[in-house]
Amino acid sequence: MVPPSASNQAEQPAIISLEGVTKRFPGVIANDSVNLEIRPGEVHVLLGENGAGKSTLIGMLSGLQQPDAGRILIDGKPTPILSPRHALSLGIGTVFQHAMLVPGLTVAENLLLGEPWWRLPKKEALREKVTALADSLGVRIDLDAVASQLSLGEQQFVEILRALLRDSRVLILDESTSMLTPSGVEELGALMRRLVERGLAIVFITHKLREAAAFGDRISVLKLGRKVSEISPERFRSVGEDELIGEIVEAMFGKQHDDPDAANRSPNIFPVETPAILSVDNLTLAPSATTPGLAGISFELRPGELLGIAGIDGNGQKQLAEVLSGQEKASGGRILLENRPIERLSVGERRDLGLRYLTDDRLGEGTVGTFAVSVNFLLKQIDHPPFWKKGIEQSGLIERHAVQLMSEYDVRAPGSQTPVGRLSGGNIQKVLLARELAGGAKVVIFNKPTYGLDLANTLAIRQRILDIAAEGKGVLLISTDLEELLGICDRIAVMDAGKLTGIVDNSPTARTDVGRLMIGLAA
Amino acid sequence: MSDLFSDVFLGALFFGAVTAAIPLLLAGLGEQMSEKAGVLNIGIEGMMIAGAYAGFLGAYYSESLWLGFATGAFGGIVVASIMVLLCVRFGLNQIVIGIGLTLGFEGLTALLHHFQFSRTYPRLPAADVTVVPYLSDIPILGPALFKHHLVVYLAVLLVFVLAFVYRRMQLGLNLQAAGDKPAALDVAGVDVVRTRAFAVFTTGALAGLGGAYLANIGAGIFVPFITNGAGFLGIVLAMLARGRPFWVLCGALLFGVCLSLTTALQVAGINIPTDVIQMIPFLAVMAMLIMFGRKSSLPAALGIPYERGAR
Repeated sequence: MVPPSASNQAEQPAIISLEGVTKRFPGVIANDSVNLEIRPGEVHVLLGENGAGKSTLIGMLSGLQQPDAGRILIDGKPTPILSPRHALSLGIGTVFQHAMLVPGLTVAENLLLGEPWWRLPKKEALREKVTALADSLGVRIDLDAVASQLSLGEQQFVEILRALLRDSRVLILDESTSMLTPSGVEELGALMRRLVERGLAIVFITHKLREAAAFGDRISVLKLGRKVSEISPERFRSVGEDELIGEIVEAMFGKQHDDPDAANRSPNIFPVETPAILSVDNLTLAPSATTPGLAGISFELRPGELLGIAGIDGNGQKQLAEVLSGQEKASGGRILLENRPIERLSVGERRDLGLRYLTDDRLGEGTVGTFAVSVNFLLKQIDHPPFWKKGIEQSGLIERHAVQLMSEYDVRAPGSQTPVGRLSGGNIQKVLLARELAGGAKVVIFNKPTYGLDLANTLAIRQRILDIAAEGKGVLLISTDLEELLGICDRIAVMDAGKLTGIVDNSPTARTDVGRLMIGLAA
Repeated sequence: MSDLFSDVFLGALFFGAVTAAIPLLLAGLGEQMSEKAGVLNIGIEGMMIAGAYAGFLGAYYSESLWLGFATGAFGGIVVASIMVLLCVRFGLNQIVIGIGLTLGFEGLTALLHHFQFSRTYPRLPAADVTVVPYLSDIPILGPALFKHHLVVYLAVLLVFVLAFVYRRMQLGLNLQAAGDKPAALDVAGVDVVRTRAFAVFTTGALAGLGGAYLANIGAGIFVPFITNGAGFLGIVLAMLARGRPFWVLCGALLFGVCLSLTTALQVAGINIPTDVIQMIPFLAVMAMLIMFGRKSSLPAALGIPYERGAR
């Protein structure tokens, strides 16, 4: 019982085919032999968490980046996409995650960008075409409005219009719903359906499962740069939404058989009466324009416990870490370190009491890239004895300290004088680790410690985290990699929109419980 | 005081103002185009001095002022091509390269001039003037404004041309996009490097032309360091004019009056120390910056090299 439309669609040849496309950035494999087919009349959803490699894939399709291996076929012919202009001429229009409109120009002027430079803009002809197109799609747009004054949804529609005006056959929407209001998302979804009915191919990138199930025809799930699952339109139609979501959750968060980094630690259960080393009570932070803030975060961390914080990136994890470390001031709530309130203390005072924070921004706020490794080890103790005496650097001592830490933490660098910015991500992380664990750490907060690292370094860092917990320190591990949390944590809390939506023990059912909490379903 | 505001004094003042304003106008218009496209062109002073020297040589050897203007513009383009290569193509720091070009070409032209002419300063014959019929008969202002070399009228015409380009032409949109959000221009299928290169080459040509006018018509001779900050005044004008060519014209005329005043006041024999009089144009710059400088809104991507797909 295959619906007739489905069999028709199956005969449609793919407009774009990716064959074994691989893209590497220094220290990271963003895409690892990805195969993908994009067919007319289909919304092809690319689903995956941050860092799954979605945006890199889009960069290659839109001509901003070139694959390192593999090939891209257009209409069955191998065609390297050389530049954005080339992508447009091949009929590939992209709506990028961050609006690509010139803020000071009007909508009409933005739509006219890209015409030959010697021309006079044909505003009247454009007006006619846009009006016809917008009417047929049931949307209104003011061509004379200045782009910077449009809402994000309107800006996105202008970009979609631009792609359509150029006779695009493939429309790529990169995280287009992430900035939209719920009604804006609905409108975009309806528009996508109308466009594929006209025979357009749409590639829709999102990390929201509901949207994928609601608007998609075909879903490919990306995870850590690899395509781990594809759900065909036939399958899409034949199963119910709940079953579909279950299948996707399994693909996104499920354990993979070939995953060699799965740690097997049996979680510790701590009796309730164990005194907490860190307790956080009703911590709040006002939301800003770009961050969700914190809404009444409470939890307790016991000595030797490894508490994981799961959640889709950008749901307040970084704010939580920064409020705990003192880099940001909470608007309310209490933080007790060994029963001592520390919420009024400065970053340095908290550090001296044993609260340590390893930022995810390793090269930005974590280290000074142009400074030597040896100095980066002491970045938070500059001008303190014994390494500085009366303002004078004790270079011999600093050097010995560095050499010792480098061997202890297996930092692989040409030498202690190498600028830290030249090291790989894994080695920079080790420098940070060595620095933060030195001298009386009691509670260590990790923010995405293995993000972007290769396997060997990932395993080494995870082992180090386990060792820290085994020494009786409290560990808070913020990660967007659920596998990592399930592998090593004792308990896992889930953050969504600045709230802790639940804390579950790392039991055999934790995988599905956390997965469901992460995508906004009750555990 | 009646002497001071005599017809002769005012005539000389305004005539001198136009002559002094033209190099500033050309530099300001050129700088404006670079800045619109996102390139802060500090090297414009170097482009002017190169244009002044090349223009002077062209006119001196060919005995044609027009050929002098052509070599002057070419001299500016040569310097601009270094800026295009280093700053636009390879994305090096625009301020460092700009300062380097200015200092380098000030020194180089002085050196070459010394080798070539030693300590003599050959003078070019006075320029032919094009008299605009009827308008030049207006008392005082007529002869002051409408008895100039043809290139002066062309420079003023250029203001209108550029205003048209910026407001009405596709090129104007491209230039503004290159300065405001180059990534958007790139994904719209227009090469950002080419757009910016075009702007910087045009700046070079205009600055070179301005330099040639300064040497060949304004002074009639070339002396080392003759531009004396005219390029930097052009940068000030471009920043104050906020993308509008007419404002560059107004500003250039205002500075022109101040510069002309220094000469006119000395000629009129006013009993003020020369040093004070020569401060007037620069006091005017400071006054204008204090009055309008705060409001100047510069392109968002000004001074930032564009790299495709940078993350």
